[in-house]
Amino acid sequence: MKRASLLRWETMLAAVLVFEFILFSTISPYFLNVDTLSDATFNFTERAIVALPLALLIIAGEIDISVAAIIALASVAMGLASAQGLGTASVAGVGLGTGFLAGCINGALVTLGRVPSIVATIGTMTLFRGAAYAVLGDRVLKDYPDSFAAFGQGYLVGPISIELALFAGFAMVFAVFLHRTRWGRAIFAIGANPVASRFAGVAVNRYRFALFALTGLFSGLAAVLLTSRLGSTRPSIAQGWELEIISMVILGGVSVWGGKGSIGGVVLAALVFGLVTFGLGLMNIPGIVMSIFTGLLLILVVAVPALLNRR
Amino acid sequence: MSARLRIPPHARRDLAFAVLTLALFCAVTFVFPAFASPRNIAGLLDDTAILIMLALGQTLVILGRGIDLSIAANLALCGMLAALFNRAWPGAGVAPVLALTLVSGGLLGACNGLLVWKLRLPPIVVTLGTMSVFRGAIYLLSRGAWVNENEMSRDFLAFPRREFLGVSLLAWIALAVAAAFVVALRRTRVARDLYAAGGNPEAASYSGIDPGRMQFIAYTLCGAIAGVCGYLWVARFAVAYTDIALGFELSVIAACLIGGVAIAGGVGSAAGVILGCLFIGIIRNSLPLVGISAFWQMFINGVVILAAVLLSARQREFKRTILEVRA
Repeated sequence: MKRASLLRWETMLAAVLVFEFILFSTISPYFLNVDTLSDATFNFTERAIVALPLALLIIAGEIDISVAAIIALASVAMGLASAQGLGTASVAGVGLGTGFLAGCINGALVTLGRVPSIVATIGTMTLFRGAAYAVLGDRVLKDYPDSFAAFGQGYLVGPISIELALFAGFAMVFAVFLHRTRWGRAIFAIGANPVASRFAGVAVNRYRFALFALTGLFSGLAAVLLTSRLGSTRPSIAQGWELEIISMVILGGVSVWGGKGSIGGVVLAALVFGLVTFGLGLMNIPGIVMSIFTGLLLILVVAVPALLNRR
Repeated sequence: MSARLRIPPHARRDLAFAVLTLALFCAVTFVFPAFASPRNIAGLLDDTAILIMLALGQTLVILGRGIDLSIAANLALCGMLAALFNRAWPGAGVAPVLALTLVSGGLLGACNGLLVWKLRLPPIVVTLGTMSVFRGAIYLLSRGAWVNENEMSRDFLAFPRREFLGVSLLAWIALAVAAAFVVALRRTRVARDLYAAGGNPEAASYSGIDPGRMQFIAYTLCGAIAGVCGYLWVARFAVAYTDIALGFELSVIAACLIGGVAIAGGVGSAAGVILGCLFIGIIRNSLPLVGISAFWQMFINGVVILAAVLLSARQREFKRTILEVRA
């Protein structure tokens, strides 16, 4: 029963996606063009890359509000590293490392500090973003090595950007991991009932810690891509992304109560998100108007099953 | 820790925090005597007034096991409504504006409350959704334009700035709201019901309290407060646009956490939250004096939040983990 309604949600997302395609291609003759579509992917891949591990985290019954702040902190760390004259690979390494460490801090607060994850990550969000502001103030860092631009602006083959390829590759890895391995099963079990999982021999806190570290690492990756694409770092970089990324995950059918969700849904939601933003741009409708639809859609996602399953 | 003293655990935290806040205040005053001047204290109250009111509203919601991420968007929407109303009827005075923002804010809050109560939707998703909807609505209402100072009537702008005994009316309103919360949370039946519903919803419903209804009331009150704060905010900063108070919801929640409100519901006091806001305000106002760049404010807040929640987590450890196994 629950599995069926979950499937229905993904079919619905797919239908929305098809509808968007038809709508935008009738409205704008430039839409169904390989280059246009390739451009369209840039406005969601970075967020979607963070949405993947965050989906696992939310399925495990936790949440991370600090992802965007980690992106800012990692970006600042990379800016400082490249100001010291480090090469492209080391700069990217600094970004990933900063993200990973920040994720470990979140994990430690939740597992060792026993702080509820929403509270802990509101705290670290303020801390990380605050650190970015404290270090940078109103300065801008932009002396990145030339080859650094490849991550966010380069293409793998033809119209497929490196960002898109990374997202597609990781989406498959995450899908297999979550839906086909025993670790994935354990994540669902933890989300459904952490106490029972613990009694069943699942090292709950070890999973939690690993998932926070993973989310941090991928926020670091998003920081590499975003910084490389923009070519500059301000402390306000990726401001407000945490709520957009969480919306993406929930729109994908992941339950905030934990224990339910799929990577397929999250990928579809990311595509829907990206296409809507891009299509409305084609129609000259400002993004803020779209936020009305995303907001309503978000409530609808949880309201529809609630109405159907009413006891 | 004065664990032997016969003070209830929660009051003990407030007391310790009050001492800490006072110590911070004295330390800053010791180095910069001008910090304790009546003028400066009045400024400090004026600066923290809106935060105090919003944090108290948010406290109600969190006490009932909810969270209101839409509080800042609600404020911005009602602020825009107030500004547009004032532009259309500049001679109408302040009273209709106050009534308008109180009612519209309350209605927006009630939307959150109804979704959480009647459909049992997760509060974080509902308010994340309404947050986007409210922000979008401001854009539609204002067509993306700003309402500037020269489009606001004199009464409209002067109301929160009017001074009594050297303290702005805005600060007096916050003090009145604060006093009302301190008394109401300890002394009224509806507040006790809210604590009960948040502390243990099942037990509460067995004793005749509908936890969903308590959440609805909390959201509505929180929304009404946010609405009025919208007008006060717009009048104080003399401008209204789509993005005012963007991201402020998380600052408000952070103030609640510093003040000792438990995100799991049922624990927290008005005094603690007010102290939390004052603590943040004192830090913010003393940074420039100490010669630390204002850019450090957020980082310091982060440290304070984490310290506060880590301490609270240790205190509550035994209450909620009877069955949980330590990994």
